[in-house]
Amino acid sequence: MPERVIITGTGIISSIGMNYEENLNSLRKGITGIGKNSHLETIYSDEIPVAEVKSGNRELRALAKVPQKSLFSRTSLLALIAAGEAVERSGIRNEDGLRTGLISASTVGGMDRTEIFFKKFRTEKSQGRIREVISHDVGDHTEAIASAFGIREFVTTISTACSSSANSILLGARLIENGILDRVIAGGSDALTLFTLNGFNSLMILDKRGCMPFDDDRNGLTLGEGAAYLVLESETAVTKTGKKGLCVLTGYGNACDAFHQTASSPEGDGAYMSMDKALGKAGMHPDRIDYINAHGTGTKNNDLSEGKAVERLFKDSLPPLSSTKSYTGHTLGAAGAIEAVFSVMAIEHGCIWPGIRFISKMKELSFEPVTSLTTGTEVRNVMSNSFGFGGNNTSLIFSKC
Amino acid sequence: MEAYINGISAISPQNTFSGGLLPIEPVGYSGIRSLKCIEPKYSDFIDPMVSRRMSRIIRMGVCAALKCLSEAGIRNPGAIITGTGLGCVEDTGKFLNSVYENEEKLLNPTPFIQSTHNTVAASIALLLKCNNYNSTYGHRAFSLESALIDGLMLLNEGSAENVLVGALDEMTPELFSITDRLGFWKRQAIDNLTLGNSGGRGTIAGEGAAFFMLAGSRTETSYAKICSIRMLYRPSGIDETKSWIREVTGNGNPGLVILGINGDEKTDTVYEQLIEEAFAGIPALYYKHLCGEYDTSAAFALAMAAGILREKRIPEIMKTGRFPDVVPSRILVYNHLRNTDHSAILVESC
Amino acid sequence: MEQLEQKLKEEIITALNLSEMKPDNIDVNAPLFVDGLGLDSIDALELTVLLEKKYGLRIQTSEEGKKVLYSVKSMAEFIRSNNKG
Repeated sequence: MPERVIITGTGIISSIGMNYEENLNSLRKGITGIGKNSHLETIYSDEIPVAEVKSGNRELRALAKVPQKSLFSRTSLLALIAAGEAVERSGIRNEDGLRTGLISASTVGGMDRTEIFFKKFRTEKSQGRIREVISHDVGDHTEAIASAFGIREFVTTISTACSSSANSILLGARLIENGILDRVIAGGSDALTLFTLNGFNSLMILDKRGCMPFDDDRNGLTLGEGAAYLVLESETAVTKTGKKGLCVLTGYGNACDAFHQTASSPEGDGAYMSMDKALGKAGMHPDRIDYINAHGTGTKNNDLSEGKAVERLFKDSLPPLSSTKSYTGHTLGAAGAIEAVFSVMAIEHGCIWPGIRFISKMKELSFEPVTSLTTGTEVRNVMSNSFGFGGNNTSLIFSKC
Repeated sequence: MEAYINGISAISPQNTFSGGLLPIEPVGYSGIRSLKCIEPKYSDFIDPMVSRRMSRIIRMGVCAALKCLSEAGIRNPGAIITGTGLGCVEDTGKFLNSVYENEEKLLNPTPFIQSTHNTVAASIALLLKCNNYNSTYGHRAFSLESALIDGLMLLNEGSAENVLVGALDEMTPELFSITDRLGFWKRQAIDNLTLGNSGGRGTIAGEGAAFFMLAGSRTETSYAKICSIRMLYRPSGIDETKSWIREVTGNGNPGLVILGINGDEKTDTVYEQLIEEAFAGIPALYYKHLCGEYDTSAAFALAMAAGILREKRIPEIMKTGRFPDVVPSRILVYNHLRNTDHSAILVESC
Repeated sequence: MEQLEQKLKEEIITALNLSEMKPDNIDVNAPLFVDGLGLDSIDALELTVLLEKKYGLRIQTSEEGKKVLYSVKSMAEFIRSNNKG
C-alpha cells in the first residue's frame, strides 16, 4: 500500500487576507477582495476591477522578513510569506532527518520586475537595470523559498497555466506515495502584472463588473494575486513526529481536454475526466463528496463547460458547489493551492463556503452555486477543481482524517 | 524506478534530427557566441493551417515530439510531460513589447495565449487528441529532470504504459542581449568546437528540443534504460556534491561520464575537481560545444548517452583528454547550471 | 467595391499568418469559421483587433461579432456601412 498523504499545515495570502486567519474570516463573512487596484499601474484602473493583495511591496518585504533593499519579485514575496506560514503552522523542522521537497507553481514568475526593466530595455538594449530581470523565470520564486528554508533534495516548479499549483499538490502526493520523499511543501504564487491583465483583456474575458461565477449574466473573470502552500507528509512521518494531521489528500486526477488552446469543450470532457480520475483514485462514489470548490472563473465558456461536466458526473447526488474566485479573483498559478487551502479549511471548520456575487441561475444548468454559509456541519470530502489553458485539468479530493 | 527509452528525437545545432543522432560528423560554427538549431521543414510534419500560430519553439517541440512518437511506434502516449527553463520566450517578448508599444490598447491575443509554458505539451495533446496526463515543468536546470522523474513515477504507479517526455528552450536576439548583459556569454566570438579549451569567463548560448519515449518494457526500438535521476539544489560545497554523486551511482562506477563542461573557467572547476576525485579513472565526455548552454541542455546529453549505449560507439568530438577504447554499458550524465542546479541521470544499456 | 474585399483578404492572411493561402483561395461569400476557412475563436479575436486598428470600427457584442465576421463580404459591408458617415 502506498503511504497516505496527510496535510499538516497551510499558509495563504490573497486579496481577502494576509494570512490563514484573515482569509478564514473573510470567507465566513462573505467579504470579497475584488475592487479597484492600488498597486498595479495600468490605464484600466477605472475600468477593470482586480483582486489585489492589499499591501505594497514594502510591507510585503517586511512580512517576508527580507531586506528592504532586496529585489525579490512580488511573486517571490507572496510565496515567501505563504510558504513561511505553512511551515510554521505545520511545525516541521529541517533537522529531523526527513526527506523534504519543495514544489511551487507560477505562470508569470517575476514578470512584475521584468516589466520595470523591459520598459526601458525595449527602446534601448543597454538600458534598464539588469538586476531587475534576474527573477524573471518561474523557477526563481521557488529557489527563493528553497534557500529560505534550506530545501535542497527536490526543488521544482510547475507551470501548466491556471492549474499549475493543483498539479504541484498532485506531484507532491505522488512523490510521497512513490517513496521518494517523506514530506513536501507544495503550492504556488502569482502576482498581478500588466502582462496578465492585458493578456486576459486581449482575450476579452475580463468582466468589468467583477467576476460572477455561475451567474447567467456572467461575462468573464477577474484577475487576482496571491500565494498558498500546503505541507504534505507521509503518514509514517506524521506518526513519527506525533503530529496531528488537518486532513488527507485522498484523490487526484489530471487529464487534458485536448479540445482547443483556450476554450474548454462544450460538454467539459477534460473536466469530467479529471474529476472522475480523482474519484477513482480516492475509491469514492460521487455521492460521498460534500462540497465542490469549483474552478468557476466566471467566463461564459468555463462555467458552462464545468457545470455540464459536474452534472454529468454527479447526476442526482450533486453536492453544494461554489467558486471562491468570487472572493479572491482568479489567481492563475496560485489558484489551485489557494482553493486547496479553502477546501482544507472547509473540512477543518465544518463550513461550506458560499459563492458570492451571484444573482441568477444559468439557464443551461439544473443547479446554482450555494450562496449561504453553512457552519457546524461535518464536511468529510471536498473536491477542488483547477482547469487551465491548453486543457490542463486537475481535480483534487481532500478528506477528513 | 526505471524506464526504457524507446524513441528519441532531438532538434539541435547538430544534425541530430535529420541525420543520425550521434554527431559522428559534428557541425562546426566559426565566430559565434550563440548556437542556433538546425530546423527541419516543419510542413513535412505539421499541417500549415495548424502550425500557423505556432512560434519557433512550439514548432520545434511539436515536430520533435511527433518524430519521437513515430520512431517508438506510439500513436497516443499515456502521458505528455515537458520541461522548459524559460518557456515560450519569443511570444512572451512579443506580447510584452506590444503592451508598451500600444500603450495597453488593442493588443493581439495570440502571443499572450502562446506565452504560457505549457503551450508545447498542450499543442501536442491537441494534435493527438490525447486526453491523458499532461504536465509542464519550468524550473531552470531541473526542468528536464523533473519531467523525467514524473514520467518514471507514472510508469511505476501503473498510471501510464508509456510517457512522452520532452525538454526544450529557445534563444532569441532579445534574450541573448539580456543574458549577455548578465555576463553569461563569452565576450569574444569563438569556434564552437573549441569551447572546451577557450578559457576565461562565460560560455556560448544554445538551444534545443529533445523528446524521449519512455516505457516500462524493452522493445525493438529501445536505446537504453534510465536507472536514476537526481537533483541537488545549491550544494554546500564540492564534498557534498561528491557524496551525492556516490549516492546516485550506488555500487559500481559508471563506465563513462558525460559532463556539462561549458568553457567557463569558474564554474568548470566543479567538473575538474570531480574528474580528479569522484570520477577518477572514468573516461569523460562533454557536449556543450555541440549544443551550447541552455536550461534544458542535459536533454541533449541524455540523447547522446542513449545513442552511445545503443550504437556502441563514442563520437570523437565529445571526448576529453586521453581516452581508452571503451564501450561502456553504464553512463552518468552530470550537469550543473552556474553551480546552483545540479543534476545527475544514470543510464544503462539494455 | 471589390477593392475593399481584396484588401481585407490580404489583411486577413497577414493577421492570421495563413502563409499557404492566396487571396484568390478565399471566397468572399464563404464562411470564415468552422466549415469554411476553419478559423476559430482566437482568430475571431484577431479579426476584431484588425477591424478596430485598421478601420477604427468596434464590434460591440458577440452577436454582432458573429454577423460581421461571418465572411469577407460581411466584414466589407460592415466597414462600408460604417464609413458612410
